[in-house]
Amino acid sequence: MSYDLTLNIWRGDANGGDFAEYVVPAEEGQVVLDAVHRAQATMANDLAVRWNCKAGKCGSCSAEINGRPRLMCMTRLSSLPQGEPVTITPLRTFPIIRDLVTDVSFNYERAKQVPAFTPTAEQPQAPFTMHQVDVQRSQEFRKCIECWLCQNVCHVIRDHEENKEHYAGPRFFIRYAELDMHPNDALDRKEFVQDVQGLGYCNITKCCTEVCPESIKITDNAIIALKERVVDAKYDPVVRFFRRRRPRSASSE
Amino acid sequence: MPEETYEHHPYDVVVIGAGGAGLRAAVEASDAGAKTAIICRSLLGKAHTVMAEGGIAAALGNLWPEDNWKVHFRDTMRGGKLLNNWRMAELHAKESPDRVLELEQWGALFDRTPAGKISQRDFGGHRYARLAHVGDRTGLEMIRTLQQRAVALGIDVFMELTVTDLLKDGERIAGVLAYWRESGKFVVFESPAVVLATGGIGKSWKVTSNSWECTGDGHALALRAGAALLNMEFVQFHPTGMVWPLSVRGLLVTESVRGDGGVLRNSEGKRFMFDYIPEFFKAETADSVEEADRWYDDKSNNRRPPELLPRDEVARSINSEIKAGRGSPHGGVFLDIASRRSPEFIKRRLPSMYHQFKELADVDITKEPMEIGPTCHYVMGGVEVDADTQVSRVPGLYAAGEVAGGMHGANRLGGNSLSDLLVFGRRAGEFAASYVKSLGAGRPKISEADLKRAVGEALAPLQSGKAEENPYALHQELQETMQDLVGIIRVEAEIQEAIGRIAALQARATRVSVDGGRRYNPGWHLSLDLRNMLLVSQAVAIAALERQESRGAHTRDDFPMTDPYWGTQNIVLELKAAPDGGAPTLTKRRQELPKAPPELAELLEGEH
Repeated sequence: MSYDLTLNIWRGDANGGDFAEYVVPAEEGQVVLDAVHRAQATMANDLAVRWNCKAGKCGSCSAEINGRPRLMCMTRLSSLPQGEPVTITPLRTFPIIRDLVTDVSFNYERAKQVPAFTPTAEQPQAPFTMHQVDVQRSQEFRKCIECWLCQNVCHVIRDHEENKEHYAGPRFFIRYAELDMHPNDALDRKEFVQDVQGLGYCNITKCCTEVCPESIKITDNAIIALKERVVDAKYDPVVRFFRRRRPRSASSE
Repeated sequence: MPEETYEHHPYDVVVIGAGGAGLRAAVEASDAGAKTAIICRSLLGKAHTVMAEGGIAAALGNLWPEDNWKVHFRDTMRGGKLLNNWRMAELHAKESPDRVLELEQWGALFDRTPAGKISQRDFGGHRYARLAHVGDRTGLEMIRTLQQRAVALGIDVFMELTVTDLLKDGERIAGVLAYWRESGKFVVFESPAVVLATGGIGKSWKVTSNSWECTGDGHALALRAGAALLNMEFVQFHPTGMVWPLSVRGLLVTESVRGDGGVLRNSEGKRFMFDYIPEFFKAETADSVEEADRWYDDKSNNRRPPELLPRDEVARSINSEIKAGRGSPHGGVFLDIASRRSPEFIKRRLPSMYHQFKELADVDITKEPMEIGPTCHYVMGGVEVDADTQVSRVPGLYAAGEVAGGMHGANRLGGNSLSDLLVFGRRAGEFAASYVKSLGAGRPKISEADLKRAVGEALAPLQSGKAEENPYALHQELQETMQDLVGIIRVEAEIQEAIGRIAALQARATRVSVDGGRRYNPGWHLSLDLRNMLLVSQAVAIAALERQESRGAHTRDDFPMTDPYWGTQNIVLELKAAPDGGAPTLTKRRQELPKAPPELAELLEGEH
């Protein structure tokens, strides 16, 4: 059962742009990306849009749909108000390249700063003995598909370009939490994540958790846990004592 | 028109593709001291490897100490209907356990056994539970681990850069021409070694599990550079893709559903796979429901359920049930795990599948069966390479992963792809680096004339002026052609028709033109991809016509039997200059399959 769907897609580049309207035939069961592809194939061959798997697994097709940050491939048309146009704009937190494509290199630069997994002296060489109950906390964070929706929605950097140099963002806080909770990781990154990656800027409004397409409990399970660990490490006299004796923090390397 | 200027980058090794094979190759080349670049068409971490679900096959023996490389080798060769390159299958079976452990060393977190080892799961065609996994998102874990490793090593990554041509100096590779998707500007890499790790070709079919990147670029680049393709007729249709809604038709449903206890039923509720056990696998397949169900817990005294036959067998059986009118409402069959495992088990073992069906099809797989059907998934054929070094016929040109041929024979077993990427990615990186070292100062040079010609070809779709042909429309026609005429079941007349239609599309593709400029213009990108898809589709059709038998993933309705003669023959395709100086044409020839030495051949005989 086909019907006419109106898309309002933002088109333009760093110098500015405007909405273009496309009326495309849509079918039952389709997602927003299907409609965008239809417009691209039949009316706007040069419409710039990132996508890869169209299965919610690669995290490429992030955009703001009716103002809400989502994956276009996982947003079914039937979940949007029926009979109304669908408005699609690029992620707001990152500079526009063209149409729906933004420059997300900020995230890849932050990724380079993460001190890599470092096995403990007790188990330096795989195979490691690790139990399911101990790996599954980190496994939750490794579900991340790097769609950057959490980065996009985080108010610390959304509309605050000046904070970007001090702040890694939710995606990287779950990465630090993942490493911190890895049962066989030796490196202490707590001071680094607090002082250099800006964990303290986050005031746990949970916007990131709300938009996560993988339903990772970013705030509760990663950020709050990490903040607690940082506090413990910074102010707990016993921890401080041991840390002085065995310095192995990332920032000291 | 102003003179075109290029960015220039000298490297020792350039790796094209940032999926599992490309990243692993780059890590190895970099470790060997080569100045290495990774080129990827998308952002880093988005490659098709990310969609692999089930696991990495490796005879770690964590759950079944009886398992070892010999059993894995045997399973792989038999799954491939003995057409595999035996040496590749041997190396793969021997080296994959170390490659998996390496991922753990770099931070991967696999699911664990009760003893705290890497857990392993059952999959089709594997005698023992062998797949290291993380739920049903193993590909994501693998790509993240490799990506993080590559970043930690400081390897240069060129994201959203597309390669259009390989450049040569005489017989040898001299470099690569690519363009930035963002700006449309060209980049030249001066590099004596290139590793192709570009993945598959599935985007030439209408119903496919593949992402847009699977356009066969590496296959086409290799052909145009003078390398050969092997056995391109073997295209795997995965038995279980989603069929409804149409929007997600073809989307992969992991084999883990069956590995973890799911069964296939037709519209009458019958477990039909018992009716389709082929002679070749009779001795190792359960012939009663009771035995099949006992196997999950006791592999020593029971045989594998027929739902876990290799993919080619299962896909063909599903196809037959649907054709016989016993299909599901939307033209598939039913895959049922709801009636066989608890909701908690399903959600823990198959979280992505649960999520995928819930979000995209309104189906709760813990309560109802899924509707599934075959989907184009993987190409066993690929660049002909040396088994040990992964070098093609062109000095300096290496290929690893799906783009390389030989390893999987006529049909790939599930789980053997991720291990293939690691084993041969590493080997390609190692040997590419050592080749460059051996060159010393005598490096090949790129000729200015070649560069000009390649740039001219790449810009053609933007300069033809009027919009004569729409690349999206041509792509759709190609997909319909391959789906309808070179699909699961093939017959001479249809393949002939496909060859004719592809030739017509190739002619029309020269008149493709697109609107817009060079900056992030998907219409232009597709025009260039189309040239590769058409060449590779032509290769598949020619090889499919040549192989007059049914074997593995290649089923000929007009030659329904497996023919011992063809069991000794590879089909080799090359792009050869026409004698009259016209455009080069694809030529085919048969080539004797290398024979396994007696000590390996004997592993393939008899029962376990």
